[in-house]
Amino acid sequence: MLADKDRIFTNLYGQGDWTLAGARKRGAWAGTREFIDQGRDWITNEVKASGLRGRGGAGFPTALKWTFMPKVSDGRPHYLLVNADESEPGTCKDREILRHDPHHLVEGCLLAARAMDAHLAFIYVRGEFIRERQRLEHAVQEAYDAKLIGKDNIHGWDLDIIVHHGAGAYICGEETALMESLEGKKGQPRLKPPFPAGMGVYGNPTTVNNVESIAVVPEILRRSGAWFASIGRANNTGTKLMCVSGHVNTPATFEEAMGVTFEEIIEKHCGGIRGGWDNLLAVIPGGASVPCVPGEKIRNAVMDFDGLREVGSSLGTAAVIVMDKSTDIIRAIWRLSAFYKHESCGQCTPCREGTGWMMRVMERMVEGRAQKREIDMLFEVTKQVEGHTICALGDAAAWPIQGLIRNFRHVIEERIDAYTYNSTSEGAVPSIAAE
Amino acid sequence: MAQIKVDGQLIEVPDYFTLMQAAEAAGAEIPRFCYHERLSVAGNCRMCLVEVKGGPPKPQASCAMSVKDLRPGPNGEPPEMFTNTPMVKKAREGVMEFLLINHPLDCPICDQGGECDLQDQAMAYGVSGSRYIENKRAVEDKYLGPLVKTTMTRCIHCTRCVRFTTEVAGISEMGLVGRGEDAEITSYLERALTSELQGNVIDLCPVGALTSKPYAFQARPWELNKTESIDVMDAVGSNIRVDSRGREVMRFLPRVNDAINEEWISDKTRFVWDGLKSQRLDRPYVRKGGKLQPATWEEAFAAVAARIKKAGNKVGAIAGDLAAVEEMYALKALLASLGSGMTDVRPAMSGIDPSMPRSAYVFNPGIAGIEEADAILIIGANPRCEAAVLNARIRKAWRAKNVPIAVIGEAADLTYSYDYLGEGYETLADLAAGKTNFAEVLANATKPLVIVGEGAVSHSKLGKQVGRDVIALAAKLATSGANIAEGWNGFAFLHNAASRVGGLDIGFVPHDGGVCSADQIALAGKGELDVLFLLGADEYDMAAMGKAFVVYIGTHGDAGAHRADVILPAAAYTEKSGTYVNTEGRVQMTNRAVFPPGDAKEDWAIIRALSAVIGQPLPFNSLGQLRAAIYAEFPHLARIDQIAPGNVADIAKLAKAATKTKSAPLASPVSDFYLTNPIARASATMGECAALAAGQRQAAE
Repeated sequence: MLADKDRIFTNLYGQGDWTLAGARKRGAWAGTREFIDQGRDWITNEVKASGLRGRGGAGFPTALKWTFMPKVSDGRPHYLLVNADESEPGTCKDREILRHDPHHLVEGCLLAARAMDAHLAFIYVRGEFIRERQRLEHAVQEAYDAKLIGKDNIHGWDLDIIVHHGAGAYICGEETALMESLEGKKGQPRLKPPFPAGMGVYGNPTTVNNVESIAVVPEILRRSGAWFASIGRANNTGTKLMCVSGHVNTPATFEEAMGVTFEEIIEKHCGGIRGGWDNLLAVIPGGASVPCVPGEKIRNAVMDFDGLREVGSSLGTAAVIVMDKSTDIIRAIWRLSAFYKHESCGQCTPCREGTGWMMRVMERMVEGRAQKREIDMLFEVTKQVEGHTICALGDAAAWPIQGLIRNFRHVIEERIDAYTYNSTSEGAVPSIAAE
Repeated sequence: MAQIKVDGQLIEVPDYFTLMQAAEAAGAEIPRFCYHERLSVAGNCRMCLVEVKGGPPKPQASCAMSVKDLRPGPNGEPPEMFTNTPMVKKAREGVMEFLLINHPLDCPICDQGGECDLQDQAMAYGVSGSRYIENKRAVEDKYLGPLVKTTMTRCIHCTRCVRFTTEVAGISEMGLVGRGEDAEITSYLERALTSELQGNVIDLCPVGALTSKPYAFQARPWELNKTESIDVMDAVGSNIRVDSRGREVMRFLPRVNDAINEEWISDKTRFVWDGLKSQRLDRPYVRKGGKLQPATWEEAFAAVAARIKKAGNKVGAIAGDLAAVEEMYALKALLASLGSGMTDVRPAMSGIDPSMPRSAYVFNPGIAGIEEADAILIIGANPRCEAAVLNARIRKAWRAKNVPIAVIGEAADLTYSYDYLGEGYETLADLAAGKTNFAEVLANATKPLVIVGEGAVSHSKLGKQVGRDVIALAAKLATSGANIAEGWNGFAFLHNAASRVGGLDIGFVPHDGGVCSADQIALAGKGELDVLFLLGADEYDMAAMGKAFVVYIGTHGDAGAHRADVILPAAAYTEKSGTYVNTEGRVQMTNRAVFPPGDAKEDWAIIRALSAVIGQPLPFNSLGQLRAAIYAEFPHLARIDQIAPGNVADIAKLAKAATKTKSAPLASPVSDFYLTNPIARASATMGECAALAAGQRQAAE
């Protein structure tokens, strides 16, 4: 359990003042100059010592990503690109940072930019985040006015921040599609290689980081990497913003130490499962794109990257979606399939064609209007999409269905049986369960 | 160089190679749809997936990943790729299945059938059955103009058409709208495309989504006889394949020739075939009582011979835009036997003088040489209309290296940005005198390219001196730079008719007291020239020929035929084997794909037969003998597909000529790309395109 003194986001619920004055009271922008003065390598090493892994879902070590940037510029400018296009269903953590602690992000941008020799940072804000963008823009302006950033600022490292507003497409949260969109093009992912650190925005070396990854950097530097590393388990260190939604008594976004169990976070922050633990059906522990875990397996699972891998899922963005036994799990997963079908950019074949196919089969399975052999076929189709696409949206569309088939195959089969059982001489009618 | 193992076979390839190229170097075939070697890499069809060792543990798109992206093994072993493992097979089958689930089973009614990449690769890499039982997607067809027919349900979203029109053709009018499975290829506001190269998207489309509208439902590819030939619609000499069935030409397709047209052809080249079937002259005609009456060959020849015997040497000959070397040589020989040197292949009042060396009237750097140029000046030409494929080369150079380009003449949309210097001779004179900023660019260039259009040297109202002065100034600009690379000859004459260079090469110009085409017509008007042969010549002032007896040897009932007193029906370029020399000076030969219609004969044979009736039989009885005579006199014409190199010193000599002109407009003579010659004017398709283009121009104004 995370002690109050270890919290990074102390205004998560917006009770305090979110502007510069309030942020300063909570400790932001303190000692920033010293960190900058200690140089690029010191910042990177401190973040490396903290064991911070990217908070955007993939969990790639943040400091390692920074080291991919060229050590010496070849004449091209370096860019920091902050991905605030938080669109994953179930995820609502960056939103809280933008709303209530925007200065954590602005300060983090300055420090991270120093660690990669960048003088320009872009923050790409999700299209639907109107108020959040206004708060962020206000915070950036405050920082400019107080000479915290900008040219010849008091920290001795020039940094301009450009807040860019997206138009509300899920795929633009993919780092290369984000860059395309930022450049004013259609948001379709680029081929990798070349990777952004070599050729990113406008062909220049770019590092793309999640909002949370950047926002925790100032506190890591202030309290030392060792402090951050002391929280959680080895390789899964630090605190994490988690957002629990669904069938719990009090859904919430909160900051918690990595490595606590699922049961602990539900009991401590969410008032328990609706109808008690026996009523728990399944949990999607990391945002829409990770496989679901059945209730009996998740209860004691450890909420960090490795812990959730052990139960066949992944931490993702730590957006926990809890489903109790009133949930039609097939329909729930179908809804995710429909989402991915809608959000596929249409660039590459497996995702463009596969997401629609998967959704349509799922649609029939919701009613039970399918053959049992189609369950295997559907699984195979997900395997044909997974790993064959340009970006990870294909994988994200495949995993929820794979999780469903792996864990709830019997539910699908029962639905099919019921549908057949209820058929009349006029043909089959939908079963009651599908209503 | 980099080493890589392809399916266990160690090969060495340049390190900029992609995995696909490396696999091909090793002999492993990789299926693909979106990849095209002349377009940018999209990597979106996912058909070319391969397994790699030393890279990420999932299949990789071999078109997009390069050999140097792979890491060597732990002990420095070369990276490995596999094209035949279960992972690759499964990936290909999967992608193929996805492509087919929403692809209609149209093959029996699809024009692409038999030459469809999807059909072929489904046979090779697909599975036999379908597991998809949902409804297939249907997409509304799009209007892209009179040339490209769409059946968008068949589209597999490879975006080749988008990339071609954007990159090569230079029009940003196609794109992918919508997303996911609702993504559709369309043109901007579903309006007709405005490119002269749009027909190439038909070849590029790997499925039957974009097909040829005029060719729709006309033939199956396996029914067609394929004849390799040369296009004569412009002076580029694009390599084409003539597909014919029976006596009919069904369509034209491009052949790959990197030196000339790469693998593109213009729309006029591609869609002109219906012009070969309409307005044809299929029997001789003789004018009796003021009206042209059908006649037999004997009657027609007798009528011509009777007039020639009275005319003595007051006989002239003008060759038109589509004449081959053979017939021009034969006609020149016929006139010589009558004691006349009145032959001309040039437009009225051309500044190209018979005394000039060959390099003064050819595109010396070659079409491929455009890519080497580091500064380009275009004088009095609109390459987009006069030589659309060559214009694509200029655009390619501009895209690749951002070559500085300047234009003197009309300020047309050439699909690349350029520095517009002015429209007239004065601007050219100022530039040659170093008074313009671009003069410095040219002077510093190592490979300056000066393109002189026919419009800059032919001034029917102002006289020949203007053209000669333009050539002198252009030669000066092309040769006077201090840094010009050794062996570079940047003087480039851009003709706009296929016959021109060949005619100039064999001296189909005034000689032995002859006069030029404009003067011949003037003499005819004054009654001082009795007989005038028009060898497919339709672009001259027919009303000015007075009472001269006009013999029209040609294919179409165009301006020349209407003026003619005798019409001798001849063969079009698809109906004869003829030698053409393109604007580079490259000698090429057409092949006969079909026979001429009706009683029409090959041009050279008509002239040979006429010579016998006149009583001056020419000394050849077959095409072989005729060619032997040509080759003996002009050995460079025997070297097919080659260019006899010109001498840069000749150009430098031209530059020294004193100039007298004060001012003249330098405009392109081609006002309508689609209607430049009798075949195109007879084509309904070209007429439709011309009307559409005129409407678009009007709308733009």
